[in-house]
Amino acid sequence: MALEHNEPGGISSPEAAAPADVIMPRDTRILVASQWQLIWWRFRRHKLALFSAFILIVIYLIVLVAEFIAPYDPGDYSARYTYAPPQTLNLFDTRDGQLSFNSYVNDYTVEIDPQALRRTFVIDPETRIPVRFFVRGWSYKLFGLIETDIHLLGPENPRDRIFLLGADSIGRDVFSRMIYGTRVSMTIGLVGVLISLVLGIFLGGISGYFGAWIDNLIQRSIDFLRSLPTIPLWLGLAAALPLSWGPLQIYFAITIILSLIGWTALARVVRGRFLSLRTEDFVMAARLDGASQMRVIFEHMLPAFYSHIIASITLAIPGMILAETALSFLGLGLRPPVVSWGVLLQDAQNIRSVATAPWLLTPAIGVIVSVLALNFLGDGLRDAADPYSH
Amino acid sequence: MVRFLIKRLISLLVTLFAVSLVAFAIIQLPPGDFLTSYLTNIAADGQTASQQVVDRLRENYGLDQPVYVQYAKWMGNILSRGDFGQSFEWNRPVEEVLWSRMGMTLTLSIATLMLTWVIALPIGIYSAVKQYSPGDYLSTFIGFIGVAVPDFLISLVLMYIAFKYFNQSVGGLFSPEYENAAWSVSKVLDLLSHLWIPVIIIGLAGTASLIRVMRANLLDELRKPYVVAARARGLPERRVILKYPVRVALNPFISTAGWVLPGLVSGSIIVAVVLSLPTAGPLLLRSLLSQDMYLAGAFILLLSVLTMLGTLLSDLLLALVDPRIRYG
Repeated sequence: MALEHNEPGGISSPEAAAPADVIMPRDTRILVASQWQLIWWRFRRHKLALFSAFILIVIYLIVLVAEFIAPYDPGDYSARYTYAPPQTLNLFDTRDGQLSFNSYVNDYTVEIDPQALRRTFVIDPETRIPVRFFVRGWSYKLFGLIETDIHLLGPENPRDRIFLLGADSIGRDVFSRMIYGTRVSMTIGLVGVLISLVLGIFLGGISGYFGAWIDNLIQRSIDFLRSLPTIPLWLGLAAALPLSWGPLQIYFAITIILSLIGWTALARVVRGRFLSLRTEDFVMAARLDGASQMRVIFEHMLPAFYSHIIASITLAIPGMILAETALSFLGLGLRPPVVSWGVLLQDAQNIRSVATAPWLLTPAIGVIVSVLALNFLGDGLRDAADPYSH
Repeated sequence: MVRFLIKRLISLLVTLFAVSLVAFAIIQLPPGDFLTSYLTNIAADGQTASQQVVDRLRENYGLDQPVYVQYAKWMGNILSRGDFGQSFEWNRPVEEVLWSRMGMTLTLSIATLMLTWVIALPIGIYSAVKQYSPGDYLSTFIGFIGVAVPDFLISLVLMYIAFKYFNQSVGGLFSPEYENAAWSVSKVLDLLSHLWIPVIIIGLAGTASLIRVMRANLLDELRKPYVVAARARGLPERRVILKYPVRVALNPFISTAGWVLPGLVSGSIIVAVVLSLPTAGPLLLRSLLSQDMYLAGAFILLLSVLTMLGTLLSDLLLALVDPRIRYG
């Protein structure tokens, strides 16, 4: 049952609850609760979805304040640190036999491999680089407004370099780049979904509301779009982007390509909902009241399945994130200097670089965590979307 | 039924025409043509081609004619002689280039498909029947991982593990010494020793989603009264589940089984690129990038035809399997 919560085996129908005064307030609360309230009550029982929502809030906070969290500018390179391995951040110092709070990382010593003539880094447990929180580093504009140079963490001496997740082929900090990549990777899906949502609601709505030949036309074009093989379609479109375009133009072009995949599915959902709502009494009532057709659609019918739309959106974003990652990985999506998870993973494209620097794969963790979280959240929202169902 | 079939076939032809237009548009989309990208490539190698040579090549390939003439010629040759044109890059007829990759592609795809179904269906049934059991949670977990982890990433990780701990080369489908050798028992064995990695990787995502769908479908069915009725009549549990609910739960599979057909041909492009498999996927990617337009066009056309045929086949299959479905 949807309405009970907190009480194992609680009573949920008003008749059964009536004799017990203690339960009365809760049940009356349910009877007068708004739909969103009911959805929230239902949603919060899905612990995994709740946890995922928390993770996603953290991820989107990172998106907002990426500059603050990243110790280095993502383009900042240092040839001395080519493929430097990750350093562990130690929070406590046990050197003097007693525990004290003193965060540091161990420095490297560089050895030249006489055979391969390659530099290898060895973590030297003796030397340490003190790491502090809220240190001053390179300056940036927080939210594009506030000029500051405070960072969440960084080496005490700005000339030292720390690589919490190692360095890439030209000595850029993978951790900073991954934090920055969050921004592009997590928003490109949103923009893509937004575009497909607008298309989906508009065309799906018309299709479901008016029916007849317009429905037929739109459904046939959806069938047609779906009969096109998606991957060659994207690849073809992505390959068609002129090389001379700037990173921003490419970004928007990619979102539009991504949303081409998404809107047909959303349009189907919306159409199905419209078809089933069209015969409901409240729609008839609105129509008899002389509401215009646009008003009936947008004021009366759409709000009845907002929650479903939100759930479908949440489930559509991961597909877009994965698509962006895959396209960029193949070199057809975003290109450097744009930093996204897919672009970062491009460095790990062949077995040789993965073998020398396995930490180049860490941006993948971002992809996996966010996709999983969005999937769980979407699942929870879908279950909660219709709080009146079983 | 026959009327339905005829109607569907007619609409298929109309869609095909539209698809051929779109396919041609896609291969025309990239700025420039094959020659420009060819010239850039040889310029990168430090060579140059004289204007005369360029003009001659352009004429040979018919690239100097207006787009609609190019399209008409292309379609005309396909329809009249089954001639898909010449691949610029390989300098061979498109069919030949395509077929040279098809054997491996089909082997890989069919192996993957079988594995997916054989693994996913029993697990799906199990997790629906034993909902919320540890096994169900485990399969849910694996299912989510399979959906969330991009397949190329799994291939990278598996390659890394194979390289680091088993010292095995995992690129391609053959060891170097068998690459160009004639078919023999040992070559087949070599193929089998390489085949499992791509099969597992490509199969994982499919298996994961199939388990989810099977579980959800079957759960819906198991709650229906006819299952209770069957059980109440004392039917053995195995029969109660396998005879009807599983059969009904299979319907959504059948209705999407047609989508498998184009996938068989294109394979998993990204995994194939990462693992450098000799399948059709990398060929398609390459042809799109180098604007080898007749090859790419033939590919897109082929894939679209297969998608549409697949959908039609699914609909017919569905009618055969589920007698409740009728056609208007």
